[in-house]
Amino acid sequence: MNVLDAETRENIDTIAGRYPTRRAAVLPVLHAVNDRLGYVPTEAVVELAELLELAPADVQDTLSFYGFFKQDKPQGEYRVWVCRSLSCAARGGEELLEYLCEKLKIRPGETTPDGRVTLEFAECLGACEAAPAVLVNDTLYGNMTREKIDELIRRVRAGTHHDATE
Amino acid sequence: MTYDPVLLANIDKKDSHTLPVYQSGGGYRGLRRALEDMSPADVVELVKQSGLRGRGGAGFPTGAKWSFLPKNHPGPVYFCVNADESEPGTFVNRVQMELDPHQVLEGTIISCYATGASTAYIYLRHEYPLARRRMQAAVGECYAAGLLGENILGGGFSLDVHIHVGAGAYVCGEETGLIESIEGRRAWPRIKPPYPAVEGLFRKPTVVNNVETLACVKQIVDRGADWFRSMGTPPDPNDPRDPGSFGPKLFGLSGHVNRPGCYEAPLGITVRRLIDEYGGGVWKGRRAKAAIVGGLSTGLVTEAEFDTPLDFSAPIRAGCLGLGTGGVIVLDETYSMIDFLHNSCRFFAHESCGQCTPCREGTQWALEMLERIRAGRGRLRDLDLLREIGETIGIMPGTTICGLADGAAWPIKTALGKFREEFEGYVKEPTTV
Repeated sequence: MNVLDAETRENIDTIAGRYPTRRAAVLPVLHAVNDRLGYVPTEAVVELAELLELAPADVQDTLSFYGFFKQDKPQGEYRVWVCRSLSCAARGGEELLEYLCEKLKIRPGETTPDGRVTLEFAECLGACEAAPAVLVNDTLYGNMTREKIDELIRRVRAGTHHDATE
Repeated sequence: MTYDPVLLANIDKKDSHTLPVYQSGGGYRGLRRALEDMSPADVVELVKQSGLRGRGGAGFPTGAKWSFLPKNHPGPVYFCVNADESEPGTFVNRVQMELDPHQVLEGTIISCYATGASTAYIYLRHEYPLARRRMQAAVGECYAAGLLGENILGGGFSLDVHIHVGAGAYVCGEETGLIESIEGRRAWPRIKPPYPAVEGLFRKPTVVNNVETLACVKQIVDRGADWFRSMGTPPDPNDPRDPGSFGPKLFGLSGHVNRPGCYEAPLGITVRRLIDEYGGGVWKGRRAKAAIVGGLSTGLVTEAEFDTPLDFSAPIRAGCLGLGTGGVIVLDETYSMIDFLHNSCRFFAHESCGQCTPCREGTQWALEMLERIRAGRGRLRDLDLLREIGETIGIMPGTTICGLADGAAWPIKTALGKFREEFEGYVKEPTTV
């Protein structure tokens, strides 16, 4: 049985068409798979490699270099990145990350048992003017406080948090 | 503050990111004029005349970079937009792409015309989802309006633009790391030469330019080289290699100031004026202790050095790596330099790509020493060992392939060089653990 569905497979050729080599499609294709499955399991790596005419080790080599992709199990419904780089750290980013660890009872890189939240530290989210900054999936939140984090997590747990679409 | 922003002139308009609003302010007229009235060589010459230097960190003259492309190459020539803004304290490209993506695109199209590139890849970090959506939408608007694709504006020039999203690696901002990443590999920087202009993406001649640099190109085509040279710092007569620092610059101001933000000023504004006049001064009524001058990797200046002009040369005279990206991070008098250096060393140890031993090992050992010092178990000789690491890792001492380790070294060298007493005091008597 294939891990990659028909739509993802079709998408691969569209993506590969933007580049003169099929290998160049590896990163965008990994993103496409990750968007679909929430992670990139080894089986997907093998299937991708075949579709891109590469050895599985080639795809694995690239994948493992980048911090974004998970392989062992799907990330939580919401991936919460807390910036710990200097501008945010100078305005309480590290304390915020520690607070979230205690609140969610997980460490960075882990997912809550209900599968809702994966907590991550981030190196410079590039939102330094709004430090401390937190990225939740595709939505950036600036000037975060414990109160704002509490409200955010409440909405995430209640399933009433929605990603920005524009 | 009598300066009227040019690069940021559009961003307060409603729907500033859309094509109609951009065009209502004169957008894409410069592209039309370039295509109708100028040869590609004319554009290269204009950019050379302007004295534009790359805004991404290295400050290399843009026109010179373009002219390194081989003449009469059969092609294709590739163009990469470096939108992998990842230097701590740097966010101005994000603001540009979110609020004025068409200015970036117009600069890209003009630059591709100048360099003969037929395909451009915008390498955009995944941490910028709004910038990605806005740039993608802007590209779509351009194709629909005949500003991208075949025969742009009927002028015979054709160009395709694709957005390539990163996956969380600082080293992708290094231009050959970026190229490797687009090619689908781990972003290990290449040994140079050959430089990308000769052998770059897919082994073809390639130009890599930063987002802000491209916005400057657009403004130079609109307003001329003399306008660009009317602001900034002229060449240092005592330094024959200094081409001067011309034009407007975006400064990302963050840390302990009252009004952090993205500000535009002529190159050469001092750190102090930026903090006081734009940033509303140091927060909580405190005094500043130090500031990062241009992104973490440039190192810091002390409060006593705040009259340093932010141009390409003066930060070097103040002991820093350079102007970098123009990301100024202010630290107030209560902030611990040990915490600062720990934060910096942790960042570079995390981001070292692992290809060169001095960087991979040096950044990790520096972090371990800082962890030890911070935990109250430091020794005075650790400080000398840290200095030694700072002086020996990097492309400038000649031990690594790219400049990442130099970026790790400058915070070490400037912090220990300028705040030695604080480090010694803490090692002898750790105050808080």
